[in-house]
Amino acid sequence: MELLPPFELLRPTTVEQALAWRLENPNSRLLGGGTDLIVNLRRGIGEAPQALIDLNQIDEMTVIAGDGAALRIGASVKLAALAAHPLVRAHYPGLAQAAASVAAATQRNMATVGGNLCLDTRCIFYNQSEWWRASNDYCLKYGGSKCHVAPKSKVCYATFSGDLAPALLVLEGEVEIIGRGGRRTAPLAELYSRDGRDYLSLAREEFVCSVTARAAPGLRAAYDKIRVRRAIEFPLAGVAVALARDGDKLGALRVAVTGTNPWPVLLEETAALCGGGVDEALLQRFDALLKAQLMAMKTTFTSGHYRRRAATVLARRLVRRLFDGGYMGETR
Amino acid sequence: MSKLLTLTLNGRERVDAVADNVLLLDYLREVVGLTGTKTCCDGGECGACTVLADDEPVLACLCLANACAGRRIETVEALGESGRLAPIQQGFHEKLGAQCGFCTPGLIMAAEGLLRRNPRPNEDEIRAALSSNICRCTGYVKIIEAVQWAAGLGAAEKPS
Repeated sequence: MELLPPFELLRPTTVEQALAWRLENPNSRLLGGGTDLIVNLRRGIGEAPQALIDLNQIDEMTVIAGDGAALRIGASVKLAALAAHPLVRAHYPGLAQAAASVAAATQRNMATVGGNLCLDTRCIFYNQSEWWRASNDYCLKYGGSKCHVAPKSKVCYATFSGDLAPALLVLEGEVEIIGRGGRRTAPLAELYSRDGRDYLSLAREEFVCSVTARAAPGLRAAYDKIRVRRAIEFPLAGVAVALARDGDKLGALRVAVTGTNPWPVLLEETAALCGGGVDEALLQRFDALLKAQLMAMKTTFTSGHYRRRAATVLARRLVRRLFDGGYMGETR
Repeated sequence: MSKLLTLTLNGRERVDAVADNVLLLDYLREVVGLTGTKTCCDGGECGACTVLADDEPVLACLCLANACAGRRIETVEALGESGRLAPIQQGFHEKLGAQCGFCTPGLIMAAEGLLRRNPRPNEDEIRAALSSNICRCTGYVKIIEAVQWAAGLGAAEKPS
């Protein structure tokens, strides 16, 4: 690891002050828990910022509020606090499971909701030391002109690996964004651009202030993931499922996947699977949807094929267990 | 750019001029001279630099010192009084929880954070609380026994 580059640390106490400083310092970076940003800065990833804007002192961004129907989570809420919150555990178990599965206990005391939603995309050719990347002539994600994962590609395949995004996407997540024009809200899916290099669709000065989730009556949701070991590692694949039963039939189904594409994938065309029971024929149609929409590339030490298979297995298991009743997965 | 950093370190308020790009880990080791907190992976993956911030374990290699202004920071040097080991330290001693010892200060602080929050943890809770800490010598069994000893689960073995 290298020393951190010189920068000024700014610690605003209101979103207005944060925005003003963001506008004054176009080359600033936003600091949440720092669990990813500090590592990347020390590896020389990204332009050295003139300022870091610490968003942890803004009261309204540290609050979890809501009820069993709707939830608002400030972007500076720590993942440990989200995972332990009684309201979240009772009514949004999939979200609590996702938060409790990020990295490991100590990282979760530091890492924030906003940081996890805006987590930089990852790749074995990118999350490396300056020396390593320089000797490999850099890559399309930063500093170079060639993608080493797909050498003919014009786009970057670095993978989105945040765990909260899929859990919130299946709960109709919306983000509240602060920018030049004040506050605006957008569906969470629209936060992501689908390009691994410029992976967020935010304007230069904009930042996420909070995220909301909704729990419709009767909706059952859960999150599960696979990784090299059960702590610290980023997910190889993570799946969130929310479904509702209509008697013996599948009434509603939403599925979102992380760790495979440069964005968290909210699976399309799941409505076509509803209206019948959950049997092997339906699950095979479900497999086909996942295979068509997940495009895992070799951005980790495991193959893209393996991660796509793993995501499919996790998704099948969650759908079966949630449909068969009660099972909300293991909160760990 | 340096700023005056005021924080409470191991029970005493301190004021130091610290540059904005200095990590809490380097502040503790290089500015204050408390070298109990170890620099190991230096990238948030091993837990050897774990300290308590307002009673919660955090990784000092990922915290900026100046972002800790006003907080209560405790390192392994805060434990024990007048030459007597704190219960968690005594547990590592009694149960042989350390081999080379390099990861031990981090594990002790992560365990101390757990015991303050949950004085009677079960084994799963201990394993979860130590999941950010890597030890390359032991198989973790003796470390878990050390925490159980400190939690009073090994009370029968405690010297009176």
